[in-house]
Amino acid sequence: MASRIRLGVTAAIALALGVASVAAQDQSIIVQSTTSTANSGLYDDLLPIFTDETGIQVNVVAVGTGQAIKNARNCDGDVLLVHAKPAEETFIADGMGVERFDLMYNDFVIVGPLEDPAGVRGMTDAQGGLEKIAGAGAMFASRGDDSGTHKKEMSLWGDTDVDPASGSGEWYRETGSGMGATLNAAVGMDAYAMTDRATWISFGNKDDFEILVEGDEDLFNQYGIILVNPEQCENVNVEAGQSFVDWMLSDTGQAAISAYEVEGQKLFFPNAK
Amino acid sequence: MHMRDAVNGIGGARAPEPDRATGDCRAATFRGLGLSIDGTPLVRDLNLTLDPTGITMIMGPNGAGKSLLLKLLHGLIAPSSGEVSWGGQPLSNELRRAQSMVFQKPVVLRRSVAANVDFVLKARGIRDASRRDALLAHVDLLEHAHQPARLLSGGEQQRLALARALATEPKVMLMDEPTASLDPASVLKIEEIVQDAQRRGTKILFVTHDLGQAERLADDIVFMHKGRLHEYGAAELFLSRPETEEARNFLQGRIVV
Amino acid sequence: MQDLGEAFRLALSLVLSGDADLVEIVSLSLRVSLTATGAACLIGLPLGALVAITRFRGRNAVLILVNALMGLPPVVVGLIVYLHLSRAGPLGFLGLLYTPTAMIIAQTILITPIIMALSRQVLEDLHAEYAEQFRSLVLSRRQQVAALIWDARFSLLTVGLAGFGRAVAEVGAVMIVGGNIDHLTRVMTTAIALETSRGDLALALGLGLVLMVIALGVNAMVQSLRMTAVRHAYA
Repeated sequence: MASRIRLGVTAAIALALGVASVAAQDQSIIVQSTTSTANSGLYDDLLPIFTDETGIQVNVVAVGTGQAIKNARNCDGDVLLVHAKPAEETFIADGMGVERFDLMYNDFVIVGPLEDPAGVRGMTDAQGGLEKIAGAGAMFASRGDDSGTHKKEMSLWGDTDVDPASGSGEWYRETGSGMGATLNAAVGMDAYAMTDRATWISFGNKDDFEILVEGDEDLFNQYGIILVNPEQCENVNVEAGQSFVDWMLSDTGQAAISAYEVEGQKLFFPNAK
Repeated sequence: MHMRDAVNGIGGARAPEPDRATGDCRAATFRGLGLSIDGTPLVRDLNLTLDPTGITMIMGPNGAGKSLLLKLLHGLIAPSSGEVSWGGQPLSNELRRAQSMVFQKPVVLRRSVAANVDFVLKARGIRDASRRDALLAHVDLLEHAHQPARLLSGGEQQRLALARALATEPKVMLMDEPTASLDPASVLKIEEIVQDAQRRGTKILFVTHDLGQAERLADDIVFMHKGRLHEYGAAELFLSRPETEEARNFLQGRIVV
Repeated sequence: MQDLGEAFRLALSLVLSGDADLVEIVSLSLRVSLTATGAACLIGLPLGALVAITRFRGRNAVLILVNALMGLPPVVVGLIVYLHLSRAGPLGFLGLLYTPTAMIIAQTILITPIIMALSRQVLEDLHAEYAEQFRSLVLSRRQQVAALIWDARFSLLTVGLAGFGRAVAEVGAVMIVGGNIDHLTRVMTTAIALETSRGDLALALGLGLVLMVIALGVNAMVQSLRMTAVRHAYA
């Protein structure tokens, strides 16, 4: 029996190591990414092209921007791809990233139920729309998770004279979840929500919701890409990580981003300099 | 307590015979042996040295403390007072390994018949299929070797327990009413096996309250009542001319209260 | 609930078409959770058996603690494992974060208390029956543990099943330490979470149905094993 147990332990360890070796390919990198890019399906389209060209496997961990940056600070990734410029610049200033590059943009929109109880349909002024929603006491679903989208939303509220925190739990509902989960909640509650356009277009549970506010310059959504600093994180696969960054910024990568469409709509607009 | 001159025993003023008490690990001696559970005395001040050979039957009505005495002798229970020794040596794991115990309700492992015997052999570091098969043949279970042990009849299960007990070639076998709930044929078969073991030199301690069984098997008899030792002597004498009132009542089938 | 019918249709077509991604996800789910269950049994069964056969000071405290650990939220386990396996953590040098191994470790930690607590109960009952025989045979603690586990093997299958059920159904731990990476660490539950967040509720539900069918299958297998055992009076 004792030898049988020992055999079992050996087998379990061997199995675990065998499983682990799948991940241990030399040419693979981890990209800490925002959920919007992953949920939109962009990576499913882009990454196979990159892997075909370079042989580098790209593993995407899709979490909120705040979480992605924290994970990268723990050295748990080679490349950071998020959308919260001030936080990204702090990341660089702290020496955690090599350099930040503009990669692409899209925009945020405010979606809401067909009925539009606050009457914001067709507005192109984000602050005005938010004020109207708050004024009408209409339900608003916020990410509330320190993500790029949430940071953007908070900065928009900051320009209004409304303090959404005072309505927290009443008309202002913080889900503390990803974009998709928040949209699901918004649809369930007939609440307005701010989302990036890419996630919205590819979102499958729209019910009778529509884009109601769009087109404000303030709703511009810039994505950046950063190689995690190997001087801070020894484990960073510099070669593979750099070639991913380079490829994304290259004409090929930018063209591939531009070519990605869902339901005939472009989701991201490349703007690498 | 009444002692027969024909049998060696200690009691009253009589001192133990040293050559009997030392050396032969089949000879149990207990002095001042007592057991209380939750303040209730169940076994009281037992003093005796048992004959190292033959079949000693421990008899008495329910609640006499027969099974408790057996478990105290084997060390399954620690005494509240007094001590147990075998051949002059205090009870140790080594001594206990030279003993086998068979319980009234056989403990049957959830394995095949053969694996039940293998288990005991393996616990002694022995892997020997032919020895196991010989043991099973000895108790008439060889044809059931690969059947699940717990599907055997009561008598067969007890025979399996006997085969397991014999597997370690014990110097002493302690049997706690092993035939209490079995049919007559099973009882006789088990008695045969026990007598055979005794003839090969194994000391048998056998708890029973079956008088017929005592007549068939016993060389000497320990009679207990209410936790006390009342008589120890040769079987024929005890069965024909008991000395104490309690023993007479017991033998005549009158419930002793 | 127009999604429910759609979910059934999707689940069926996914299974019938043998969708390659689905097969990959299902097999990773099974590999991770079965390995974790095996590892948890290797740790939890002997510990459960030891507690079952031993009386020691603080035994009750141990029992209460283990019972409490049965209710560990997967997210907390995931977080603890993340903090250890993160490059910034003490075991970061192993490079295990975002691998199936990390998921196995997290699920093992999650279900070991379950295996230990439930097996303790089963083995204590069996030990009550065997104890005198074991003492008579002068068995070492190790021999007793091994014999109890072996003889209770069919009852313990149910214990393993309880552990497996919790492992394969949890999402919180594997999401954090696995990262839900496509073709690497995506399992049934994280795939369901992903499809939910994409708003593809029908597909999410369809995957959930597939997961249920798998759980049913595993349960049925174990149950039939147990029935055989009961027929042989081994359980």
